[in-house]
Amino acid sequence: MSDLSVEMIAITKTFSGVVANNSIDLTVRAGEIHALLGENGAGKSTLMKILAGAYQPDSGRILIKGREVNLHSPADALKQGIGMVYQHFMLVETMTVEENLLLGLHTVDLIPNRKKLRTEFESLSKQYGLDVPLDARVWQLSVGEKQRVEILRLLHRGADILILDEPTAVLTPQEAEQLGHALRQMMSLGKSVVLITHKLDEVMQFADRVTVLRSGENVVTVDTATTSPTQLARYMLGHEMARVQRAHEQTGDEIILRAQGLSALGDRGLRALSDLSFEIHKGEILGIAGVAGNGQRELAEVLAGLRPLQNGRVWIRDKDITRNSLDRTVSQYLGYVPEDRLHMGSVPGLAVSDNLILKSYRQKPFSRSSLLNFSAIKKFASRMVKHFNVVTSSVDTPIEKLSGGNIQKVILAREISIAPEAIIVSQPTRGLDVGAAEAVHRLLLEERKQGKAILLISEDLDELLLLSDRIMVLSGGVSMGTIPAAQADIDELGLMMTGVNRTSHQQMQSEGQMT
Amino acid sequence: MKLTLERRQGYGQWTLLLTILGAVLVALAFGALLLLIVGVNPIEAYRLMFVGAFGSEFATVDTLVKASPLLLTGLGVSLALRANIWNIGAEGQLVMGGFAAAGVALFWSEWLPEPLLLPAVILAGFVGGALWGLIPALLKIFGGVNEIVSTLMLNYVAVLWVEYLFFDAWRDPRGFGFPGTAEFPRAAWLPRLTGQLHIGIIFGLIIAALIWFLLNRTTIGYEIRVQGKSPLSARYAGINVMRNLMLVMFLSGGIAGLAGMGEVAGISHRMQNGLAVGYGFTALIVAFLGRLSPPGVIVAAVFVAGLSVGSEQLQLSMNLPASFALILQGAVLLCIAAGDLFLRYRVRLNVRPPSQQMVAE
Repeated sequence: MSDLSVEMIAITKTFSGVVANNSIDLTVRAGEIHALLGENGAGKSTLMKILAGAYQPDSGRILIKGREVNLHSPADALKQGIGMVYQHFMLVETMTVEENLLLGLHTVDLIPNRKKLRTEFESLSKQYGLDVPLDARVWQLSVGEKQRVEILRLLHRGADILILDEPTAVLTPQEAEQLGHALRQMMSLGKSVVLITHKLDEVMQFADRVTVLRSGENVVTVDTATTSPTQLARYMLGHEMARVQRAHEQTGDEIILRAQGLSALGDRGLRALSDLSFEIHKGEILGIAGVAGNGQRELAEVLAGLRPLQNGRVWIRDKDITRNSLDRTVSQYLGYVPEDRLHMGSVPGLAVSDNLILKSYRQKPFSRSSLLNFSAIKKFASRMVKHFNVVTSSVDTPIEKLSGGNIQKVILAREISIAPEAIIVSQPTRGLDVGAAEAVHRLLLEERKQGKAILLISEDLDELLLLSDRIMVLSGGVSMGTIPAAQADIDELGLMMTGVNRTSHQQMQSEGQMT
Repeated sequence: MKLTLERRQGYGQWTLLLTILGAVLVALAFGALLLLIVGVNPIEAYRLMFVGAFGSEFATVDTLVKASPLLLTGLGVSLALRANIWNIGAEGQLVMGGFAAAGVALFWSEWLPEPLLLPAVILAGFVGGALWGLIPALLKIFGGVNEIVSTLMLNYVAVLWVEYLFFDAWRDPRGFGFPGTAEFPRAAWLPRLTGQLHIGIIFGLIIAALIWFLLNRTTIGYEIRVQGKSPLSARYAGINVMRNLMLVMFLSGGIAGLAGMGEVAGISHRMQNGLAVGYGFTALIVAFLGRLSPPGVIVAAVFVAGLSVGSEQLQLSMNLPASFALILQGAVLLCIAAGDLFLRYRVRLNVRPPSQQMVAE
């Protein structure tokens, strides 16, 4: 018997050829809070879903309290004391908290002893400081309360090892504080917690040890007491200070795209962008860096006219293209390559040629008095396919049959063809293989050379450093500052991404070096 | 050993055709099982059904008479589904089309010049159904009401409304107590091709061609396809989704209304009990069996009509209930829906348990 609560040994998992976890080792001790840190797509969630029984690994072994186990389902995992709280809660909104706690409980009789169970719930919730209103309906609860219900449910089912997926992403600071308290309480009772996160401050605040994943591999496991945010950022981003180099040619002086004082709400009705201002010159790529969910998507949507602005204005040259509602005219001034390329950027089920005219089908020569002109469309599509090197058997092939890289080329071809001066590009190479990513990069640089103003939103710092002329860092919907890419320092960027303003980062850095 | 499903990237025309044929065969096999249980030779029964539906000119005409309202309602429903709108209200739209056509035929003949009466009746049939179809669209746009619920519920309103009319308000006083309106003037009768087969089926074929043209050759059809496949892309492309929703429901309801017009002006020449016999619901089966494509819907309408006419033959000669047709229809729909699984996934047999699989695979 060891004090190791979980040992995952050489876990490998691939999804249709893409390696999500490459022979990862992970150990979690009893009574510790262990953070799993990494960028989006580093393989954190996959690894934890394997531990929670939701995925089966291709190879590798899992030991729980020293005993090898096979976890075929989440129910299996729970039997071994492993429970996971997902980012999207698994609660029935229209039922009460108590009913949700009862739901799927295998140990109860046909007619559950509600009184006895209720006492159990109440004492558990007191013991861990997890305050939940048992009689309220779930839809009435705050996000933090819902999270507590999920944790309580797992504890009641005997979970010793709790996995929390980005637990504070949706919490207010006060709720996060309360969660931290509950976690420490669990720890003192010998339970283990794994926190999936990409926030450095969260790691430093909560965790005893931290394992950093990058591109599906375990980079390092360290005690948080012996590391610093700077060090962790370096592990996470994987730059050994070597920077990809590109000749940063002179950009034009003319301002093409100008945004002033942009403020907007996110999907949950909370402020997602606050008073954001910037300008992009002719032949310039402005990179937007930031940890996922810090206003990047909202920024793109606001500019593209898909999300209403609360405040602010957008100009292309002298033309005011600000709108508070959907307006088709925007696409004539601004191309937009959205991050959701499969459901927004392209229309699955329609042919490559149909997808290429998504923004221009109302214009000549593609249609005349509401009638589509097929020969013009086909001719245009063939030209685009050839010019942008799209690999497809024909322009009539349904777009979903193309590879991700080729779908992205189709979208880029369309947006470049409609937008004379400015284009927004969001996560252009996410999920693409190296070759396809390179092709996309070449395309963007070519467009820059042609004098386009490009807004590049990406979570890939390599990409931002390679392509951008300047990089603006967003955190919590606020600009942390803009730095010329040629002078960009990866540590500095990493810190700014975690919410440290450019002016105050020097202080933080010296603090990091002391430890 | 374990069966696993693997997501496919699209599918070919042949896979699609095979899936539909497979679904129909499985449904027929299920029917055969039922026939065996009641002690009937299924091969003999299916032969009789086929002969009953297509074996003679008389039988074929009978099948086509049933096929024509199914074709129209099926086209209406499939057009809406192409825009990802679930119009379960074709029955009510059919009935309201019949109602409007009957109203014009009965009460406008006095002042409308005779040659204009039939065109007015046809137009009324379309408009009656179209306006009834527009209600759920408006409810959805302005109240966020789910169209599946509203179209379904409006069926009952429509059916009860016309029942009130032919049982009471519009009942023919010289009808010997028979529930129905007076006979329409001859000028309002839809011309017949042969037997009871009226030109409604030609309307169906023309409309099938028009829908195909609308969807594949016009900008609005393009928008409908985009919003049907991916609402998010439609928003991204700046498509006026709400306007298209209204247009599609107007057309969808109108086409179903034409079916009702055909029933009253083409067959019974009056509005009477038996207007709402479920064509509007069977339309969903027709639409899915025809894979929402106009040519497919034509074939599906004839097939489904054949099933029901053939089953009547079973009732006569083998003393089986005619509702056997309904069972087969239901089985076909379920199998088509289940067949979608094979379009979206490839089924694979995994021989070794996953934990023993090697990385290199």
